[in-house]
Amino acid sequence: MSYYFTILSPTDTPIFNIAFGTSKGGGDGIARFRFPDTAQYMNQFIIHSSLDIVEEAQWTNGGMYLKHVDTYPPAAAYISAFLTPSGARFLLLHQPPQLPNSNTGSLGSSSLLGPGGSTTRASSSSIAANPTSPQTEEAVRQFMNEIYESFVKTAMSPFYKQGMEIRSPVFRTKVTAAGKKWL
Amino acid sequence: MAAPRHSAMLSISNNVGTPQSTSSDKTQIAQPQSPAQTPGLRVPSNRKTIYDRHLNRSRNAELSRASFAYLFAEMVTYAQRRVTGIQDLEKRLNEQGYPLGLRLLDLLFYRATSTSSSALSSSSTSSSPPNRPLRILALLHLIHGPLWRLLFQRSADALEHSVSPDTPNEYMITDNDPLVNTYISVPREMSMLNCAAYIAGVIEGVCDGCGFEAKVSAHNQPTEMWPSRTVFLVRFGDTVMEREKVLERQGVK
Repeated sequence: MSYYFTILSPTDTPIFNIAFGTSKGGGDGIARFRFPDTAQYMNQFIIHSSLDIVEEAQWTNGGMYLKHVDTYPPAAAYISAFLTPSGARFLLLHQPPQLPNSNTGSLGSSSLLGPGGSTTRASSSSIAANPTSPQTEEAVRQFMNEIYESFVKTAMSPFYKQGMEIRSPVFRTKVTAAGKKWL
Repeated sequence: MAAPRHSAMLSISNNVGTPQSTSSDKTQIAQPQSPAQTPGLRVPSNRKTIYDRHLNRSRNAELSRASFAYLFAEMVTYAQRRVTGIQDLEKRLNEQGYPLGLRLLDLLFYRATSTSSSALSSSSTSSSPPNRPLRILALLHLIHGPLWRLLFQRSADALEHSVSPDTPNEYMITDNDPLVNTYISVPREMSMLNCAAYIAGVIEGVCDGCGFEAKVSAHNQPTEMWPSRTVFLVRFGDTVMEREKVLERQGVK
Protein backbone atom coordinates (compact mmCIF):
# COMPACT_ATOMS: atom_id res chain seq x y z
CA MET A 1 0.00 0.00 0.00
CA SER A 2 1.35 3.37 -0.96
CA TYR A 3 0.03 6.72 0.16
CA TYR A 4 0.24 10.26 -1.04
CA PHE A 5 -1.01 12.86 1.41
CA THR A 6 -1.54 16.50 0.66
CA ILE A 7 -3.02 19.54 2.41
CA LEU A 8 -4.69 22.17 0.28
CA SER A 9 -5.43 25.66 1.48
CA PRO A 10 -8.97 27.08 1.00
CA THR A 11 -7.69 28.69 -2.21
CA ASP A 12 -6.43 25.34 -3.57
CA THR A 13 -2.74 26.00 -2.96
CA PRO A 14 -0.89 22.87 -1.89
CA ILE A 15 0.67 23.67 1.47
CA PHE A 16 2.02 20.26 2.40
CA ASN A 17 2.89 17.07 0.50
CA ILE A 18 4.23 13.73 1.55
CA ALA A 19 4.47 10.26 0.00
CA PHE A 20 4.89 7.22 2.19
CA GLY A 21 4.19 3.52 2.28
CA THR A 22 2.47 1.28 4.75
CA SER A 23 4.20 0.15 7.91
CA LYS A 24 1.64 -2.51 8.75
CA GLY A 25 2.08 -6.17 7.91
CA GLY A 26 5.83 -5.95 7.52
CA GLY A 27 5.81 -2.86 5.32
CA ASP A 28 8.91 -0.71 5.43
CA GLY A 29 7.15 2.66 5.11
CA ILE A 30 8.47 3.39 1.63
CA ALA A 31 6.02 4.35 -1.09
CA ARG A 32 5.96 2.02 -4.07
CA PHE A 33 3.47 3.34 -6.57
CA ARG A 34 2.40 1.17 -9.49
CA PHE A 35 3.77 3.56 -12.05
CA PRO A 36 6.84 4.99 -10.37
CA ASP A 37 7.91 7.06 -13.40
CA THR A 38 4.74 9.08 -13.53
CA ALA A 39 3.63 8.83 -9.90
CA GLN A 40 5.28 12.09 -8.96
CA TYR A 41 2.93 14.24 -11.01
CA MET A 42 0.07 11.83 -11.60
CA ASN A 43 -0.65 11.58 -7.87
CA GLN A 44 -1.02 15.33 -7.62
CA PHE A 45 -3.12 15.35 -10.74
CA ILE A 46 -5.46 12.66 -9.44
CA ILE A 47 -5.80 14.34 -6.07
CA HIS A 48 -6.60 17.72 -7.54
CA SER A 49 -9.12 16.25 -9.94
CA SER A 50 -11.08 14.92 -6.97
CA LEU A 51 -11.58 18.43 -5.65
CA ASP A 52 -14.81 18.88 -7.59
CA ILE A 53 -16.33 15.91 -5.81
CA VAL A 54 -15.03 17.12 -2.46
CA GLU A 55 -16.62 20.50 -2.99
CA GLU A 56 -19.90 18.85 -3.83
CA ALA A 57 -19.80 16.53 -0.83
CA GLN A 58 -18.79 19.41 1.40
CA TRP A 59 -22.29 20.88 1.38
CA THR A 60 -24.26 17.71 1.90
CA ASN A 61 -22.16 16.11 4.60
CA GLY A 62 -21.50 18.20 7.68
CA GLY A 63 -18.82 15.95 9.11
CA MET A 64 -15.19 16.86 8.98
CA TYR A 65 -14.15 13.45 7.66
CA LEU A 66 -15.81 12.85 4.31
CA LYS A 67 -14.54 9.27 3.97
CA HIS A 68 -13.67 7.81 0.60
CA VAL A 69 -14.79 10.34 -2.01
CA ASP A 70 -13.23 9.40 -5.32
CA THR A 71 -11.60 6.55 -7.21
CA TYR A 72 -9.34 6.69 -10.21
CA PRO A 73 -9.42 3.13 -11.60
CA PRO A 74 -6.50 3.30 -14.10
CA ALA A 75 -4.07 3.83 -11.25
CA ALA A 76 -6.23 2.04 -8.65
CA ALA A 77 -6.07 5.22 -6.62
CA TYR A 78 -8.60 5.81 -3.84
CA ILE A 79 -9.01 9.24 -2.35
CA SER A 80 -10.22 10.09 1.14
CA ALA A 81 -10.90 13.63 2.25
CA PHE A 82 -11.01 15.52 5.52
CA LEU A 83 -12.17 19.12 5.80
CA THR A 84 -11.10 21.44 8.53
CA PRO A 85 -13.77 23.95 9.59
CA SER A 86 -11.59 26.80 8.35
CA GLY A 87 -11.59 25.39 4.83
CA ALA A 88 -8.27 23.56 4.52
CA ARG A 89 -8.55 20.15 2.89
CA PHE A 90 -6.59 17.06 3.77
CA LEU A 91 -6.55 14.61 0.88
CA LEU A 92 -5.11 11.13 1.08
CA LEU A 93 -4.53 9.07 -2.03
CA HIS A 94 -4.11 5.39 -1.32
CA GLN A 95 -3.13 2.73 -3.74
CA PRO A 96 -3.40 -0.90 -2.68
CA PRO A 97 -0.42 -3.07 -3.55
CA GLN A 98 -0.55 -4.84 -6.86
CA LEU A 99 -1.77 -8.35 -6.29
CA PRO A 100 0.93 -10.80 -7.27
CA ASN A 101 -1.14 -12.14 -10.15
CA SER A 102 1.48 -11.52 -12.78
CA ASN A 103 4.10 -13.19 -10.62
CA THR A 104 2.14 -16.33 -9.96
CA GLY A 105 0.91 -16.39 -13.53
CA SER A 106 4.32 -16.43 -15.12
CA LEU A 107 5.85 -18.69 -12.51
CA GLY A 108 2.97 -21.04 -11.93
CA SER A 109 4.99 -23.66 -10.11
CA SER A 110 6.79 -21.23 -7.87
CA SER A 111 3.62 -20.02 -6.14
CA LEU A 112 4.19 -22.64 -3.50
CA LEU A 113 7.55 -21.16 -2.65
CA GLY A 114 8.11 -18.97 0.40
CA PRO A 115 8.55 -15.45 -1.05
CA GLY A 116 5.38 -15.43 -3.12
CA GLY A 117 3.32 -16.78 -0.26
CA SER A 118 4.65 -14.27 2.24
CA THR A 119 3.83 -11.28 0.07
CA THR A 120 0.28 -12.44 -0.33
CA ARG A 121 -0.09 -12.88 3.36
CA ALA A 122 1.37 -9.48 4.09
CA SER A 123 -0.96 -7.74 1.70
CA SER A 124 -4.09 -9.53 2.80
CA SER A 125 -3.46 -8.94 6.48
CA SER A 126 -2.82 -5.24 6.05
CA ILE A 127 -5.78 -2.97 6.63
CA ALA A 128 -5.11 -1.47 3.26
CA ALA A 129 -5.82 -4.53 1.15
CA ASN A 130 -9.40 -3.41 0.80
CA PRO A 131 -9.44 0.38 0.53
CA THR A 132 -13.17 0.81 1.09
CA SER A 133 -13.58 -1.51 4.06
CA PRO A 134 -14.80 -0.03 7.36
CA GLN A 135 -11.46 -0.86 8.98
CA THR A 136 -9.61 1.22 6.42
CA GLU A 137 -12.05 4.08 6.81
CA GLU A 138 -11.55 4.01 10.55
CA ALA A 139 -7.77 3.93 10.23
CA VAL A 140 -7.80 6.85 7.82
CA ARG A 141 -10.13 8.74 10.16
CA GLN A 142 -7.71 8.28 13.05
CA PHE A 143 -4.83 9.33 10.83
CA MET A 144 -6.67 12.46 9.71
CA ASN A 145 -7.64 13.39 13.25
CA GLU A 146 -4.08 13.12 14.41
CA ILE A 147 -2.93 15.37 11.59
CA TYR A 148 -5.73 17.79 12.35
CA GLU A 149 -4.33 18.20 15.84
CA SER A 150 -0.89 19.08 14.47
CA PHE A 151 -2.48 21.32 11.88
CA VAL A 152 -4.38 23.31 14.50
CA LYS A 153 -1.13 23.78 16.39
CA THR A 154 0.47 25.11 13.22
CA ALA A 155 -2.45 27.41 12.53
CA MET A 156 -2.38 28.80 16.06
CA SER A 157 1.19 29.99 15.63
CA PRO A 158 1.23 33.78 15.26
CA PHE A 159 3.82 33.46 12.50
CA TYR A 160 1.59 31.28 10.39
CA LYS A 161 -0.91 32.86 8.01
CA GLN A 162 -3.66 30.90 6.36
CA GLY A 163 -2.49 29.51 3.03
CA MET A 164 1.21 29.50 3.86
CA GLU A 165 3.25 26.43 3.06
CA ILE A 166 3.95 24.29 6.13
CA ARG A 167 7.69 23.89 6.18
CA SER A 168 8.18 22.71 9.74
CA PRO A 169 10.24 19.49 9.86
CA VAL A 170 8.54 18.72 13.16
CA PHE A 171 5.16 18.75 11.44
CA ARG A 172 6.54 16.38 8.79
CA THR A 173 7.82 14.04 11.50
CA LYS A 174 4.39 14.12 13.13
CA VAL A 175 2.67 13.18 9.87
CA THR A 176 5.13 10.36 9.27
CA ALA A 177 4.55 9.08 12.79
CA ALA A 178 0.77 9.21 12.34
CA GLY A 179 1.14 7.32 9.05
CA LYS A 180 3.22 4.67 10.76
CA LYS A 181 0.74 4.36 13.58
CA TRP A 182 -2.50 4.05 11.63
CA LEU A 183 -1.82 3.17 7.99
CA MET B 1 28.82 47.29 38.38
CA ALA B 2 29.71 47.53 34.72
CA ALA B 3 31.57 44.26 34.50
CA PRO B 4 28.83 41.83 35.53
CA ARG B 5 26.33 43.52 33.33
CA HIS B 6 28.73 43.21 30.43
CA SER B 7 29.26 39.52 31.04
CA ALA B 8 25.56 38.96 31.27
CA MET B 9 25.08 40.59 27.90
CA LEU B 10 27.82 38.46 26.46
CA SER B 11 26.19 35.28 27.55
CA ILE B 12 22.87 36.43 26.10
CA SER B 13 24.40 37.19 22.75
CA ASN B 14 26.13 33.84 22.83
CA ASN B 15 22.86 32.08 23.28
CA VAL B 16 21.15 33.96 20.53
CA GLY B 17 23.88 33.92 17.92
CA THR B 18 25.31 30.44 18.23
CA PRO B 19 22.94 28.01 19.85
CA GLN B 20 25.41 25.16 19.27
CA SER B 21 28.02 26.65 21.57
CA THR B 22 25.86 26.75 24.68
CA SER B 23 27.65 25.30 27.62
CA SER B 24 24.71 23.42 29.11
CA ASP B 25 25.21 19.66 28.95
CA LYS B 26 21.63 18.89 28.09
CA THR B 27 21.61 20.85 24.86
CA GLN B 28 24.94 19.44 23.79
CA ILE B 29 23.71 15.92 24.12
CA ALA B 30 20.54 16.71 22.28
CA GLN B 31 22.22 18.63 19.49
CA PRO B 32 23.60 15.94 17.13
CA GLN B 33 20.31 14.45 15.94
CA SER B 34 18.40 17.56 14.97
CA PRO B 35 20.85 19.82 13.07
CA ALA B 36 22.10 16.85 11.04
CA GLN B 37 18.78 16.53 9.19
CA THR B 38 17.59 20.12 9.39
CA PRO B 39 20.29 22.72 9.42
CA GLY B 40 19.17 26.07 10.70
CA LEU B 41 16.27 24.69 12.70
CA ARG B 42 16.13 26.20 16.13
CA VAL B 43 14.46 24.17 18.80
CA PRO B 44 13.62 25.66 22.20
CA SER B 45 16.14 24.76 24.88
CA ASN B 46 13.64 22.53 26.70
CA ARG B 47 13.11 20.65 23.40
CA LYS B 48 9.39 21.37 23.46
CA THR B 49 8.12 22.67 20.18
CA ILE B 50 4.55 23.89 19.72
CA TYR B 51 3.71 20.41 18.47
CA ASP B 52 4.59 18.89 21.84
CA ARG B 53 2.27 21.13 23.80
CA HIS B 54 -1.28 20.18 24.45
CA LEU B 55 -3.92 22.43 22.94
CA ASN B 56 -6.33 21.95 25.81
CA ARG B 57 -3.84 22.98 28.44
CA SER B 58 -5.02 26.60 28.56
CA ARG B 59 -8.65 25.67 28.07
CA ASN B 60 -9.90 26.70 31.47
CA ALA B 61 -7.22 29.28 32.06
CA GLU B 62 -8.43 32.81 32.57
CA LEU B 63 -6.78 35.90 31.29
CA SER B 64 -6.26 38.96 33.43
CA ARG B 65 -8.83 41.53 32.42
CA ALA B 66 -6.40 44.36 33.14
CA SER B 67 -3.76 42.99 30.80
CA PHE B 68 -6.34 42.41 28.11
CA ALA B 69 -7.65 45.96 28.48
CA TYR B 70 -4.10 47.30 28.24
CA LEU B 71 -3.28 45.22 25.19
CA PHE B 72 -6.51 46.16 23.46
CA ALA B 73 -5.98 49.85 24.20
CA GLU B 74 -2.57 49.57 22.54
CA MET B 75 -4.12 47.84 19.56
CA VAL B 76 -6.62 50.65 19.13
CA THR B 77 -3.85 53.23 19.42
CA TYR B 78 -1.80 51.33 16.87
CA ALA B 79 -4.72 51.13 14.46
CA GLN B 80 -5.35 54.83 14.90
CA ARG B 81 -2.00 55.82 13.41
CA ARG B 82 -2.22 57.27 9.93
CA VAL B 83 -5.93 56.69 9.52
CA THR B 84 -8.08 59.17 7.67
CA GLY B 85 -11.36 58.66 9.46
CA ILE B 86 -13.50 56.55 11.71
CA GLN B 87 -14.40 54.12 8.95
CA ASP B 88 -10.75 53.58 8.19
CA LEU B 89 -10.01 52.95 11.84
CA GLU B 90 -12.85 50.47 12.13
CA LYS B 91 -11.64 48.72 9.01
CA ARG B 92 -8.20 48.31 10.55
CA LEU B 93 -9.62 46.90 13.77
CA ASN B 94 -11.71 44.57 11.66
CA GLU B 95 -8.61 43.36 9.81
CA GLN B 96 -6.86 42.70 13.09
CA GLY B 97 -9.69 40.48 14.24
CA TYR B 98 -10.11 38.52 11.02
CA PRO B 99 -7.13 36.13 11.36
CA LEU B 100 -8.15 35.47 14.94
CA GLY B 101 -11.56 34.31 13.74
CA LEU B 102 -9.99 31.82 11.33
CA ARG B 103 -7.82 30.39 14.09
CA LEU B 104 -10.54 30.24 16.73
CA LEU B 105 -12.68 28.25 14.35
CA ASP B 106 -10.13 25.45 14.11
CA LEU B 107 -9.44 25.56 17.84
CA LEU B 108 -13.13 25.50 18.69
CA PHE B 109 -13.71 22.37 16.63
CA TYR B 110 -10.58 20.72 17.87
CA ARG B 111 -11.65 21.23 21.47
CA ALA B 112 -15.19 20.13 20.83
CA THR B 113 -13.85 17.01 19.16
CA SER B 114 -11.46 16.08 21.90
CA THR B 115 -14.00 16.50 24.67
CA SER B 116 -16.73 14.49 23.03
CA SER B 117 -14.40 11.50 22.94
CA SER B 118 -13.16 9.53 25.88
CA ALA B 119 -10.36 10.93 27.98
CA LEU B 120 -8.19 7.95 27.16
CA SER B 121 -6.96 9.09 23.79
CA SER B 122 -7.16 12.68 22.67
CA SER B 123 -7.20 11.84 18.98
CA SER B 124 -10.00 9.32 19.07
CA THR B 125 -13.32 10.67 17.91
CA SER B 126 -15.34 7.54 17.63
CA SER B 127 -18.29 9.11 19.44
CA SER B 128 -19.54 12.02 17.36
CA PRO B 129 -17.45 14.96 16.31
CA PRO B 130 -19.36 18.22 15.81
CA ASN B 131 -20.57 19.05 12.34
CA ARG B 132 -19.35 21.88 10.21
CA PRO B 133 -22.14 24.45 9.78
CA LEU B 134 -23.74 24.11 6.36
CA ARG B 135 -26.65 26.49 6.76
CA ILE B 136 -26.67 30.11 7.88
CA LEU B 137 -28.63 29.43 11.03
CA ALA B 138 -26.24 26.72 12.19
CA LEU B 139 -23.34 29.08 11.63
CA LEU B 140 -24.98 31.91 13.56
CA HIS B 141 -25.78 29.59 16.44
CA LEU B 142 -22.14 28.56 16.47
CA ILE B 143 -21.10 32.20 16.77
CA HIS B 144 -23.80 33.13 19.24
CA GLY B 145 -23.09 30.18 21.52
CA PRO B 146 -19.77 28.29 21.45
CA LEU B 147 -17.65 31.07 19.96
CA TRP B 148 -18.94 33.69 22.39
CA ARG B 149 -18.42 31.30 25.28
CA LEU B 150 -14.86 30.62 24.16
CA LEU B 151 -14.12 34.34 24.02
CA PHE B 152 -16.19 35.80 26.84
CA GLN B 153 -17.45 32.83 28.85
CA ARG B 154 -21.08 33.61 28.13
CA SER B 155 -23.40 33.49 25.14
CA ALA B 156 -24.28 36.57 23.15
CA ASP B 157 -27.48 38.29 24.21
CA ALA B 158 -29.60 38.12 21.08
CA LEU B 159 -29.70 36.76 17.58
CA GLU B 160 -32.12 38.34 15.13
CA HIS B 161 -33.00 38.20 11.47
CA SER B 162 -33.70 41.37 9.56
CA VAL B 163 -37.45 41.99 9.30
CA SER B 164 -37.16 44.08 6.16
CA PRO B 165 -37.98 42.08 3.00
CA ASP B 166 -35.31 44.02 1.07
CA THR B 167 -32.49 42.68 3.17
CA PRO B 168 -33.06 38.99 3.84
CA ASN B 169 -29.28 38.51 4.00
CA GLU B 170 -28.88 40.59 7.17
CA TYR B 171 -28.63 39.07 10.60
CA MET B 172 -27.91 40.75 13.91
CA ILE B 173 -26.04 39.49 16.92
CA THR B 174 -26.39 41.64 20.01
CA ASP B 175 -24.04 41.95 22.93
CA ASN B 176 -25.35 44.10 25.77
CA ASP B 177 -21.98 44.83 27.25
CA PRO B 178 -19.05 43.88 25.01
CA LEU B 179 -15.89 43.15 26.93
CA VAL B 180 -13.70 45.09 24.52
CA ASN B 181 -15.60 48.31 25.14
CA THR B 182 -15.69 48.05 28.92
CA TYR B 183 -12.70 50.32 29.49
CA ILE B 184 -13.03 52.53 26.45
CA SER B 185 -14.73 55.90 26.48
CA VAL B 186 -15.04 57.27 23.00
CA PRO B 187 -14.49 61.05 22.57
CA ARG B 188 -17.57 63.06 21.59
CA GLU B 189 -16.25 63.95 18.11
CA MET B 190 -15.79 60.25 17.33
CA SER B 191 -19.16 59.14 18.69
CA MET B 192 -19.73 56.89 15.66
CA LEU B 193 -16.73 54.76 16.52
CA ASN B 194 -17.25 51.38 18.05
CA CYS B 195 -14.09 49.51 18.93
CA ALA B 196 -16.00 46.24 18.86
CA ALA B 197 -15.21 46.41 15.15
CA TYR B 198 -12.43 44.08 16.26
CA ILE B 199 -14.99 41.49 17.34
CA ALA B 200 -16.83 42.09 14.08
CA GLY B 201 -13.59 41.11 12.36
CA VAL B 202 -13.44 37.93 14.39
CA ILE B 203 -17.01 37.07 13.34
CA GLU B 204 -16.14 37.81 9.73
CA GLY B 205 -13.17 35.45 9.97
CA VAL B 206 -15.38 32.68 11.33
CA CYS B 207 -18.00 33.18 8.60
CA ASP B 208 -15.40 33.26 5.84
CA GLY B 209 -13.59 30.24 7.21
CA CYS B 210 -16.78 28.20 7.09
CA GLY B 211 -17.33 29.26 3.50
CA PHE B 212 -19.95 31.93 4.17
CA GLU B 213 -18.73 35.12 2.58
CA ALA B 214 -19.93 37.97 4.79
CA LYS B 215 -19.36 41.54 5.83
CA VAL B 216 -19.72 42.25 9.51
CA SER B 217 -19.87 45.64 11.19
CA ALA B 218 -20.37 46.80 14.76
CA HIS B 219 -22.94 49.49 15.64
CA ASN B 220 -23.72 51.36 18.83
CA GLN B 221 -27.30 50.91 19.98
CA PRO B 222 -27.34 52.08 23.57
CA THR B 223 -30.38 51.55 25.76
CA GLU B 224 -30.99 53.05 29.15
CA MET B 225 -30.01 49.88 30.88
CA TRP B 226 -27.08 48.98 28.62
CA PRO B 227 -25.17 52.09 27.57
CA SER B 228 -22.57 50.16 25.56
CA ARG B 229 -24.96 47.76 23.86
CA THR B 230 -23.52 46.77 20.50
CA VAL B 231 -25.17 45.17 17.50
CA PHE B 232 -23.07 43.17 15.08
CA LEU B 233 -24.63 43.35 11.66
CA VAL B 234 -23.80 40.29 9.54
CA ARG B 235 -24.46 40.73 5.82
CA PHE B 236 -24.02 37.58 3.77
CA GLY B 237 -22.99 37.70 0.13
CA ASP B 238 -25.28 36.79 -2.77
CA THR B 239 -23.52 33.48 -3.42
CA VAL B 240 -24.24 32.41 0.14
CA MET B 241 -27.94 33.26 -0.18
CA GLU B 242 -28.16 31.33 -3.45
CA ARG B 243 -26.54 28.29 -1.93
CA GLU B 244 -28.81 28.59 1.08
CA LYS B 245 -31.85 28.29 -1.20
CA VAL B 246 -30.41 25.24 -2.96
CA LEU B 247 -29.57 23.54 0.32
CA GLU B 248 -33.01 24.30 1.69
CA ARG B 249 -34.59 22.61 -1.31
CA GLN B 250 -32.36 19.59 -0.81
CA GLY B 251 -33.38 19.45 2.81
CA VAL B 252 -29.85 19.83 4.18
CA LYS B 253 -29.82 20.94 7.76
